[in-house]
Amino acid sequence: MAQYNLQINGRSYEADVEADTPLLWVLRDNLGLVGTKFGCGIAQCGACTVHLNGNAVRSCTLPVSAIGTNKITTIEGLAPNGDHPVQEAWDEVDVPQCGYCQAGQIMSAAALLNKNPKPTAAQIDNAMNGNICRCGTYHRVREAIVLASTKMK
Amino acid sequence: MSIILKTTRRDFMKLAATATGGLVLGFHWMDSAAADIGVVDEAAIAAGSIDFNSYLSIATDGVITIYSPNPELGQNIKTSFPMVVAEELDADWSAVKVVQAALDAKKYDRQLTGGSGAVPHSWMRLRKAGATARYLLVEAAAKRWNVSAESLTTENSVVMHAQSGRKATYGELATEASKVLVPDEVKLKDIKDFKLIGTAVRNVDNPEMITGKPLYGLDFYREGMLYAMIQRPESFGKKIKSVDSAAAKAMPGIVDVVTFKNNVAVVGKSTWQVNKARRLLKIEYEADDAIENTADHDRLFKELLDSKEATVRRKDGDVDAAFKGAAKVITREYQCPFLSHAPLEPMNFFAHVRSDGVELVGPTQTPERARNATAQLLGISPYQITLDITRLGGGFGRRLQTDYVLEAAELSSIIKAPVKVIWTREDDMTGGSYRPAVRYRFAAALDAGGKLVGYKLRGVGINVGNSTREDNFPSGAVDNLLIDSVEHKSPITTGAWRAPITNFLAFAEQAFLDEVALAAKQDPVKFRLALLEKARQTPVGEIKYDIDRMKGVINLAVEKSGWGTKKNVSHGFSVYFSHRSYVAQVAEVTMNKGKPLLQKMYVAADCGIVINLSGAYQQVKGGVVDGFGHAMYSQLTFKDGASEQKNFNSYRLIRMKEAPDVDVHFVNNGIDPTGLGEPALPPTGGAVANAFFKATGKRLYNQPFANQEEMKGVSLGQRL
Repeated sequence: MAQYNLQINGRSYEADVEADTPLLWVLRDNLGLVGTKFGCGIAQCGACTVHLNGNAVRSCTLPVSAIGTNKITTIEGLAPNGDHPVQEAWDEVDVPQCGYCQAGQIMSAAALLNKNPKPTAAQIDNAMNGNICRCGTYHRVREAIVLASTKMK
Repeated sequence: MSIILKTTRRDFMKLAATATGGLVLGFHWMDSAAADIGVVDEAAIAAGSIDFNSYLSIATDGVITIYSPNPELGQNIKTSFPMVVAEELDADWSAVKVVQAALDAKKYDRQLTGGSGAVPHSWMRLRKAGATARYLLVEAAAKRWNVSAESLTTENSVVMHAQSGRKATYGELATEASKVLVPDEVKLKDIKDFKLIGTAVRNVDNPEMITGKPLYGLDFYREGMLYAMIQRPESFGKKIKSVDSAAAKAMPGIVDVVTFKNNVAVVGKSTWQVNKARRLLKIEYEADDAIENTADHDRLFKELLDSKEATVRRKDGDVDAAFKGAAKVITREYQCPFLSHAPLEPMNFFAHVRSDGVELVGPTQTPERARNATAQLLGISPYQITLDITRLGGGFGRRLQTDYVLEAAELSSIIKAPVKVIWTREDDMTGGSYRPAVRYRFAAALDAGGKLVGYKLRGVGINVGNSTREDNFPSGAVDNLLIDSVEHKSPITTGAWRAPITNFLAFAEQAFLDEVALAAKQDPVKFRLALLEKARQTPVGEIKYDIDRMKGVINLAVEKSGWGTKKNVSHGFSVYFSHRSYVAQVAEVTMNKGKPLLQKMYVAADCGIVINLSGAYQQVKGGVVDGFGHAMYSQLTFKDGASEQKNFNSYRLIRMKEAPDVDVHFVNNGIDPTGLGEPALPPTGGAVANAFFKATGKRLYNQPFANQEEMKGVSLGQRL
């Protein structure tokens, strides 16, 4: 066990965990940030997507020891009042069915739009291909990203 | 026309104004024997000692709370149920708060999610609840203003008296309404006056889902709770011979390792610690039952198709004579593989078995079954067990099973501590429950004029009891028909998967009918319509589908897709009745650089009255994506009793790039709702296979399509 100081959502968190513990489980079990989801554990489904210095990463395969002073953003910290343009678009388009994958979808979409505010359809498909939605809300995910791209400042 | 619905006072229980005032109406969501009407005070509500807790409450500040009893797994019931209540109540939707109810078998009937049945089952009951509450509020206003109830109107949680211009909000009237006698009869709205039903209403849990609030079973946490993972046998048909858990026990954070039944549970202080420690378990297994391979199933299916013994499901006319005298006979076989349900939230459940009672919390489609099975397991009364239903991260039938609930309860009873059992994805793919593989053989006899005079279907399945459905179209439209089935018993655990049986059967039936139509030199749509007309004119045996509703979706799909009128596209057709609703689909394939590409699916659905247009559109689109994805990509195969696909790197689910556009249309016929959770899925595979044939001249007989020789070099679902 070792002590880690993590920069998450603009705050400093302490976690006493083993070095190989994936960030996903530190967030969920140690810090009570359960918005980031477990789906596969092998970076195949995208439910655990968070931002590492603004880039979308799969937290289920990211060991806590590799994070250092890099800045983590989770769904809880995407916007102070849950009003990030992507979150607003998700509500407006009414994307979720069961909703379990949606935090990961939103984090992937937000990372895409940060880098590329006006993505083409193909760019959206490529950026989102790592996020599985078992309910099949893909059409609405696409639609919400297009809508969010008009709201990004 | 509005409906006067005979209600009884026994259906409702009005609760005395609470300390804060307001109206609390207890009602049964379903018709079931109820307690006598009575007035219950706040203390009783708080103590939970009353027979009704399915509340519709109107607080003096105007907030309307509705408890939703059925598990929510993405079918959107938590939004659509309250919409029905709010419609009849003329409630201001923005002031409605929805709360998921815990299991309560005394108060709710059919508190489960499955079979696309919740909305059809509860429709009138929900309307009655809303209408009754509205009646009480209107009566209260009439009394306050000394006017007739007939002179009052309601809108947006306000009662109005047009003549005098007086208005009062529901909140203002709630306390007085709580003193009005519940009526014997209540008038429901004319469906043409619906304002909320039929509109697009956003999911009531959107704010929580998009900000990552704890909602799901996996998010549930209780102070002092332990975490556990369970190592189940590596293969079906094996049992534990010996366990060496010393190394696992020595790992940091591990509290205990216990063996029960065929399970070795590693219990500890965090998910990651138990996951790491379980890998150090040394378990020897020995054979306990048949150790099966997919190759065995393939061979067995072929043998069973020729079996002399089969269970006859339906027999009309003289099939042998019809085939003997036929001008043309077409025989085809179709096969589909095992599938994992793969809801994205892995299996999990929290249990705390104490001496004075048991607490269960988690995602289940069948809370009552889970509780009763737990009671049986522990040898206690079901009433000593409480079960809280969390939001489900998908279900697809997997959470109809109780295995993962029972494991948690049994483990908690052994370690005498609150514990959450968490399955990894690999656990569910190797030791879960699956949609079993199936093989079908169809035969059709055509006379010289191309008329279908004989029809045979044999289903050979695994563990399902009946791998076919005998009363599907074209049963009833063919003079000579035989449908039978043969089953193989396997130690591999199997269970219902979204749209049970029809998820594969529909593909096979609709693909076969396409071939038969072409062999009869007829347009596949006209061929089906002619059969339906025959079923109407000269029905054979019982007809268990509605001919008009089926024709309705066929005609709407034809119109919206431009069937038979478009150039440079290949259309494939299918139509299916499953559960209680009707769906027709046209798959549109275009050729791109010489390769077929599924561009679009046109869907016409008849689920009766659409409650929430937003939820309904997505339910259909999601159903088509699910149907196409599984027909195209997914399969579980077995080697030495173990599944060969263990996670999403080898078990393939459809991804965004592969999802075709879906154009959805609903038949507007004013029929009471007939359910939509499953019916859009079954027709998809057939429509796609038929369009693929039209485009390439090649038939697809086996799923997953992507693995078939005909698909070599083709990525049908890949968008440009």
